Amino acid sequence: MDNSRRDFVSAGSLLAALIAVGSKAADLAQSPSNPWNQAAFEAKTVADALKSLGIPVAQGGGEVNLTVPEIAEDGAVVPVIVRCRAAGTRELHILVDKNPFSLAASFFLPDGTDAFVSTRIRMNETSNVIVLAVTDKQTYLARKQIKVTIGGCGG
Amino acid sequence: MKPGTSRLALTPSRCEGLIASEGGSCSPLPLAGEGPGVRAMAVGVRNRRGLALLALALLPVSAHAADPTSVYRQMLAEDNPAELAVAHGQQLWEQPRGPRQAALTACDLGQGPGVVKGAFAALPRYFADTASVMDAESRLVHCMVTIQGFDRQQLAAAPFSEAGAPQTDLEALVAYVAAQSRGAKIRVPQSTSEEHDSYARGRDLFYRRAGPYDFSCANCHGADHLRIRLQELPNLTRPEGARSAFAHWPAYRVSQGAVRTMQWRLSDCVRQQRWPQLIFGSQASIDLSTYLGVLAAGGTMDAPSVRR
Amino acid sequence: MADPMKIRAVMQSGRVEVKILMSHQEETGLRKGADGELVPAHFISNVSVSHAGREVLRVQWGRAISKNPFLQFAFRGAARGDELTVTWIDNLGDTRTDRITIA
Repeated sequence: MDNSRRDFVSAGSLLAALIAVGSKAADLAQSPSNPWNQAAFEAKTVADALKSLGIPVAQGGGEVNLTVPEIAEDGAVVPVIVRCRAAGTRELHILVDKNPFSLAASFFLPDGTDAFVSTRIRMNETSNVIVLAVTDKQTYLARKQIKVTIGGCGG
Repeated sequence: MKPGTSRLALTPSRCEGLIASEGGSCSPLPLAGEGPGVRAMAVGVRNRRGLALLALALLPVSAHAADPTSVYRQMLAEDNPAELAVAHGQQLWEQPRGPRQAALTACDLGQGPGVVKGAFAALPRYFADTASVMDAESRLVHCMVTIQGFDRQQLAAAPFSEAGAPQTDLEALVAYVAAQSRGAKIRVPQSTSEEHDSYARGRDLFYRRAGPYDFSCANCHGADHLRIRLQELPNLTRPEGARSAFAHWPAYRVSQGAVRTMQWRLSDCVRQQRWPQLIFGSQASIDLSTYLGVLAAGGTMDAPSVRR
Repeated sequence: MADPMKIRAVMQSGRVEVKILMSHQEETGLRKGADGELVPAHFISNVSVSHAGREVLRVQWGRAISKNPFLQFAFRGAARGDELTVTWIDNLGDTRTDRITIA
């Protein structure tokens, strides 16, 4: 996978430090080698997160698809499914507009891995969920609003 | 919890299954066989504040409103995080543990020692060895104490996990046991006099109005299409409502990120009714489950489920 | 060591469908505990899935992932009976690795 076209801001990455120290070497031998993108995950706006991710403004739409419930009973668990039809999809990112920290997740896909991920995120309030798909050629964006309700006495 | 008697005897100084709230008195319950004419709570039978609050709190749901949460729940039902608790519960069931270093595989949940499959669907039920009607949770505690040597007070003192803490052993065990009844028909037995009495006490409790707001379970769960804010309240007096409720507890509550049990659900309802605290594993708590379980006969167990 | 993950890896039309449930509190660092103080952030930051020594998925997560994280994806190039390895690391350095045979 080609990372050279972007700089990952990894100042103060805890993981890099751990790997360097070599503690729990056996475990870390199998651990992700890519340092956690602290700047991106601590960005407070979507724009700042994208800047830290090194993702340019999305040029396209339709290829990436976002499946989410229209209403989430509780913002603590919101299911999100992302699919991208474009060939050569390398990365998928999930962001939440009105969360205190916009970037929720980044997925990096080697050859042979489908451009498809499903996970569950926390949402602070009713907000847009934005997904970005990065291919070799361009980036695509999809956006949907999810209403987050306050429930009653539990069911 | 002591082996239950077939009557609930209440005095201001000792309340079976209920404790006095601070500054308040204990709510008296009719003895089995007594009719209405129960001594009212200090606040009065017709509590205006309670009724007013009730009117505000219970909003009728439009008969045409589709369930807005069904898509959400469906997306979470497959790959329920409760599966983690179920896996942990299975470990706890099979491993030798406690001061006696014994496994729970000798525990009799009503289908014979060690038989877990289908057992949850037939609880609560009468157990000869304790001469009482017990639910899954009280039976699990009984086995943890008698087979593994754990301390009863300790288990009963903190049966449910706090926010941010891992599931308790009991929650994990209940999740495991319930999961082994998934797909089984609900068949809470009514074969002995003790089981009949448990049902009757549970029913009486269900309809009993008490507490500062004069709430009974029936106020919220005795009519169709009631809700609190956006949470629909099942009508437990209808078979469909009772089956839906009984079939889906224990449940993974997404708002808490934890598996919660039927005893927890009952105690939390009681808390919201502003009643005195429901004691974990008390006969009163078991009787409510018996009542609901009998109403739910013929339903299909599907727990742990996903709930808000 | 943290509780084991629940992993399902099933061959389906030439690809492996993988579903993972991870046992983790996922504290956001924004929640106040019973004592009124903020509970420190404690969440899974990286996940790596590999097959035959080759990484098939790399994930970075922030604090907005739900408690007991769920992850589903699919990939090609493996067969029934192969082993899949999943590792997570959290922001405090805790880690967990589990393996499963592809069904």
